[in-house]
Amino acid sequence: MISLEINDKKVEVPEGTTILDAAREAYIKIPTLCYCPDLPASGACGICVVKVSGSNKMIRACATTVEEGMKVITHDPEIVNVRRNVLELILSTHPNDCLQCPRNGSCELQTLAEEFGIREVPYERRLRDLPCDDSTGSIVLNPEKCINCGRCVTVCQDMQNVYALEFLGRGEDVRMAPAADANLQESPCIKCGQCAAHCPVGAIYEHDDTKKVWDALADETLHTVVQIAPAVRVAIGEEFGYEPGTLLTGKVYTAVRELGFKGIFDTNFGADLTINEEAYEFFERFVNGKGALPLITSCCPSWTDYMEKFAPDFIDNFSTAKSPHEMLGVMAKTYYAKKMGIDPSKIFMVSIMPCTAKKYEITRADEMFASGYQDIDVSLTTREFARMIKSAGIDFPALPDGEADSILGEYSGAGTIFGATGGVMEAALRTAYFAITKKELEDVNFTAVRGLEGVKEATISIDGKDVRVAVAHWMSNIETVLDRIRKRRDEGGEPYYHFIEVMACRGGCVGGGGQPYGATDEIRTKRAAGLYRDDEKSTFRCSHHNTSIITLYKEFLDKPLSKTAHKYLHTAYKERRQYLH
Amino acid sequence: MAKLTREALENLRKENVHEEAITIMVGMGSCGIAAGAKDAYDAFVEELAKAGLDDVVIKKTGCIGLCYSEPNAEVAVPGMPRVLYGNVDCAVARDIVKKHIIGKTPLEGPNALRSGENIEIDEKQQRIVLRNCGVIDPENIDDYIRREGYCAIEKALFEMSADDVLGELKTSGLRGRGGAGFPTWLKWSFTKEASSDEKYIVCNADEGDPGAYMDRSTLEGDPHAILEAMAIAGYTVGASTGVIYIRIEYPLAIKRLEIAIEQAKEYGLLGKDILGSGFDFDIEIRFGAGAFVCGEETALLASAEGERGMPVPRPPFPAVKGLWGKPTVINNVETLASIATILRNGGEWFGSIGTETSKGTKVFAVTGKIAHSGLIEVPMGTTFRDVIYTICGGILGGKEFKAIQTGGPSGGLIPADQLDTPIDYENLQALGSIVGSGGMIVLDEDDCVVDVIKFYLEFSVDESCGKCSPCRIGGRTLYNMLRRISQGAGKLEDIPKMKELSHTMQKASLCGLGQTTPNPVLSALRHFEEEFMAHVVDKHCPAKKCKGLVSYRIIPEKCIGCTLCAQKCPVDAIAGKPREKHVIDQEKCIKCGECLKACKFGAVKYE
Repeated sequence: MISLEINDKKVEVPEGTTILDAAREAYIKIPTLCYCPDLPASGACGICVVKVSGSNKMIRACATTVEEGMKVITHDPEIVNVRRNVLELILSTHPNDCLQCPRNGSCELQTLAEEFGIREVPYERRLRDLPCDDSTGSIVLNPEKCINCGRCVTVCQDMQNVYALEFLGRGEDVRMAPAADANLQESPCIKCGQCAAHCPVGAIYEHDDTKKVWDALADETLHTVVQIAPAVRVAIGEEFGYEPGTLLTGKVYTAVRELGFKGIFDTNFGADLTINEEAYEFFERFVNGKGALPLITSCCPSWTDYMEKFAPDFIDNFSTAKSPHEMLGVMAKTYYAKKMGIDPSKIFMVSIMPCTAKKYEITRADEMFASGYQDIDVSLTTREFARMIKSAGIDFPALPDGEADSILGEYSGAGTIFGATGGVMEAALRTAYFAITKKELEDVNFTAVRGLEGVKEATISIDGKDVRVAVAHWMSNIETVLDRIRKRRDEGGEPYYHFIEVMACRGGCVGGGGQPYGATDEIRTKRAAGLYRDDEKSTFRCSHHNTSIITLYKEFLDKPLSKTAHKYLHTAYKERRQYLH
Repeated sequence: MAKLTREALENLRKENVHEEAITIMVGMGSCGIAAGAKDAYDAFVEELAKAGLDDVVIKKTGCIGLCYSEPNAEVAVPGMPRVLYGNVDCAVARDIVKKHIIGKTPLEGPNALRSGENIEIDEKQQRIVLRNCGVIDPENIDDYIRREGYCAIEKALFEMSADDVLGELKTSGLRGRGGAGFPTWLKWSFTKEASSDEKYIVCNADEGDPGAYMDRSTLEGDPHAILEAMAIAGYTVGASTGVIYIRIEYPLAIKRLEIAIEQAKEYGLLGKDILGSGFDFDIEIRFGAGAFVCGEETALLASAEGERGMPVPRPPFPAVKGLWGKPTVINNVETLASIATILRNGGEWFGSIGTETSKGTKVFAVTGKIAHSGLIEVPMGTTFRDVIYTICGGILGGKEFKAIQTGGPSGGLIPADQLDTPIDYENLQALGSIVGSGGMIVLDEDDCVVDVIKFYLEFSVDESCGKCSPCRIGGRTLYNMLRRISQGAGKLEDIPKMKELSHTMQKASLCGLGQTTPNPVLSALRHFEEEFMAHVVDKHCPAKKCKGLVSYRIIPEKCIGCTLCAQKCPVDAIAGKPREKHVIDQEKCIKCGECLKACKFGAVKYE
C-alpha cells in the first residue's frame, strides 16, 4: 500500500494506482476528457492536470501513478484556470453545434463545458473542413467534430487489433482517419463500432436507419415485424434511467408493439435455432470426424469479417450456421409467412441489435437473401431504438410488460445468454452434450466460460472424451488463440482446441458497439448478470427444449443440418481483401 | 582482420605513421562538401600527382567549425608551422601545393586563416567534444585509436567497476547536453538500478533545432567517440545493445557511423567479448524521418520501435521503462562525446572546467548576423560577449548587436544588457531561455523581435505532433495572434491573452515541445516589451521588418520619372508616365523592396 496526501487528506491506495483513482478516496472526481477506463491513459487532452507539491509542473492525474509520501493538490485557482483554458482551446476548434449532434445529451465535452460554465470562447474559431465518411453504412466518421483524444485509434489498434483507424498529418492538421487515408469501407474496418462506443463526442456514431423504419411502419401495405437481440433487453434501460443490467424484456415487447410493429419476435429464438444447428455441426466434426476442428462460432459479424480479412486460413473451421438474427429473418419470410398466409415480399423485418456490424451483415453474402428477399430489411442499434421510443413519446418506464408473438418468439435460457461472452459456448455445450450422449446435463451451468477475462479456457468431459474449449472476446485476444491452433496444426496431432467462441466486443454483445454509451467493465458485468438471471428463471435452459423450435423442425426444417436447414440457415465464407483499393 | 587484444590495441596507439610526412587535411563534413571541398580535394590530389608528390598524405577530416570560411584545409609540413587555410577553392588548392608544399612558402593573405601549433581554436575555446573533429579521418579507426581512442572503454572494462564509472561521472558534474541538463550519472544510475533481463543505450542523434548542427558535425567528424561512449554506458548499466536514432537527413553522418561500427566490429571493439573482457556490446542504427518532436525521449522511442512518433506521459521515465519497455539510457550525441575524455582524464579534471553548477565545455552553433559563423566549444561560464566578439569576430558588417536567441524554438532572446552574463544552465534559465542543444542565433539592429519569434513559433507549430490539445491548438492560436500583431491587427487585450495561453501551454502540454513553445514569446515580452508594444499599439515595426507595418512611398519632390521602379515592380503596383511623378498603389504593393533598390535618386521612402 502507498500512503500519500491528496489535498492534505491522508490516503492509502495499492501500488500502481493512478492519482485519478486515488483522488476518489479523497472525494475528488478529477475532470477528464480523453481518459477512458478501458484504455491505457494517453494524456492527450490536458484536462486532468494536478500539482504535486515541491514541483512547479503540472502532471496528468490519469497517467501518473502514486508514490509514497506524494502530496497532491487536485484543485486551486491556477489548476482550474488551466483546465478551463484547455477546454476553451478545444471548443475553439469544435463545431459546437450541439443541438444537431448525435451526442447531444451524452457528450463528454458538452458535459465539461457545462460543468466549467463556459459562456464564451476567448480565442479565434478555427474549424476543419473535413467531409463525413458514411461509406460503410454501419459507422459514420465525422472528423470535423473529432477532438483528437485518440480513444478510437487506440481501440481500433490495441483493443481490436484491426488498425483501420490511425492518426494522419501533424500539428493542427492531425486527424483521425481510416488507415492509408482510404474511406472506411475500403479500409480493414470490421464495423464493430467500438470506436463509436468509445468516442467522447459526436465524431463517430452509428449510421442512423430509423427513418427507413418509420417509413415502413407508416406503409400500410407492409407487414412490419421486429426481433430483439438478447443484449438489448439488459442495456436499453440505461437510456431511461434504469440501473445497467435491469432486465426489461416485457417493456421492450410492449414498446415495439406501441411503435406499430405487427409481429414481435425474439432473436433469442434465433439463438436457440443457431445452437441446434451448431451443436450438431460440432457433433459431426467431433464425433464423426466430418469437418475441421476446432469448430469456431460465427454469430459475430465483426469476427467473421475479421477472419475473412486477417485469418482466412480458418474458413474451414467456421461454423456455417448463420447468426441468430439472420436465421430468424429467413424463418419470418418463409415459415412464418407461409403459416400466416402473408406474402413474404410484404414482410419488413427489423432487427434491434447491440451492434453496428449487423447493419453490414444483412447484405454481406448471397445467403442473406435465402428467403428470396433480403431476410433482414433494417438493423437498428440499441441507441437508435431508444431514440425511436423517445421520439414517439412512449413513456418507457410506465409501460406494462408485454409478450412476444408465438412461433418465433419463445426462447430458452441458452438463447438469452448469447449476449454475454461465453454464452454461445455455454449454450452450445448444453445441446452438444445431448447430441453426443443423448442424455441431459444435470447441471447446465458452465461457469468457467463466463466473465470478462480476455481468453477463457476449459476442458469438459463429454461421454468420456475431453472437449477443449476456448472463449475469446475483444479482438486483440484472438491472435494468441489462433496462433496456438496454427502451431498445433503445423505440428500435426490432436487439435489444440475443439470448440472456440469469439466475440469482437469486450464482454460480448452486452458491450456491443451499438449499446448505450459509457460502458465500463462494471457496466458490462452488470448487463451480463441480467442475462444470466434471465437464463436462471427460464423454464427451459437448453435450446433443444424450446418447444417452438421442436415444432419448427417438425413442420418445416426436418432436422438439424437437413437439406432445408442448409438452404435457409447456413452461409459460406471467403477470403476478403483488407484494403479494397 | 583479427580481433584486437589489449596489446595489439596498445601497439596501434603507438604507431604514428604520419609524423614525418607532409600532410594536407581537407575538412569534409557536410558543410565543407557543400561549400566545394570535394573539388578542392580533387585539385589537391591532381596537383600533387602532377608534381609527382606521392609521399604527401592527404586526409579527409570532419568539420573544424569555421563555417564562414569553408572549404577549409590544413597543411602540415614537418619543420614548419601548421597553416589553416580558408575558402580553399581549386585555384587556392593548386596554389597551396605549388607554393606551400613545393616552394615551402606558405600562402599569405585572406586564405591563410591561422598558423602555429594550436590552430584549431583560439584561446577562449577548449575542445573536448570536438577534440578530434577536423583532426582525424573519421572513416579510419586507426586514426581514432592513435588519438587515445578506445582507451576509456579499456580502462572501464579492466580497471573500473560500474560504480567507479558512475562515481567518475558524478565527480565530473556532466549534465545532459540535449536540453534539460539532467545529471548524466544519475540518469545512468536509474537504469543501472532497474532490474531487467535486457537494457538499452540509445544515442539521440535527432538534432532538429533550426541553426543547430553540432551533433551532425560531431558524428561526421568523430563517430568512434560516440560508439566508445555507448559501450561504456552499456558496461556501466548492464546493457548489451545500443541504438543510434538518427534523422535520415544526415546521410554523411549515417555513412560514417556505419563505417565506424563496421570497423569497430572488425577490431572486436564492438560485438562479443570486447578485448577479452567478457563484455558484449552491439550497436544498431535506427532512422528518424526528421520530425522535430522525435528528439523528445518518449517520441523518439516510439519512432525507433516503428510507431508514430508521439510522446507519452512520463513517468515512467525511459530510464526505467524505455525501448521495448526495457530500462533505457538516452543520451544525446554531445553528452556521449564527452564521456571517453572524462574517463581518460578523470572526473575531477572535467569538473574543474566551467562554473559551479555547469561543468565542462559546451558546443554552440553560432549563426545569424555574426562575422564568423560556425561551431565553437567553450568552457561553461564563458560570456556572450566573448562568444560574439572575441571568438566569432563580432556582428556582421559592424552593425549593432540586438539579441541572441539560445535554445532554438524552446529558448528565448538574450538582450544586449546581458552580454556579460556567463553562459550556464541556471543563468540562461533565469533569463527566460535555456542552453538547449546549443544553437545561438545572433540578431542585429535590422532584426525585429516579433518577426523572429514568429519564425520560431511557426517552426514549433509545424513540428507539433498534434497529440495534446494545449500544444496542438494553443500553439496555432498563439502563432495566429502573433501574426495578426505583425500585420498591424494586434489589440492591447491580446497581450494578457497571450500570457495566459502561454502559461496554459507550459503547464498542460504533454511534452517539452509544447511546454517550451511559448518561451520565445514570453522572453520577447519580457526583454523587448517596448518593441513588442510598438507593433500592438503604434502599429509600427521599429526594425521595419514586419511587412504589414511598413510601406514604400515615392517622395514626389525627388522622383524624376525615370520609370525604373515601375519596371522592377513584380506586381505592377507603380503607376506613372516617363518624366512624371510615380505613385505606389498600396493595395497592390507586396512590400518586396525592389523599388527601393532600383531607385537611383533616393525617391523611395520606406517607413
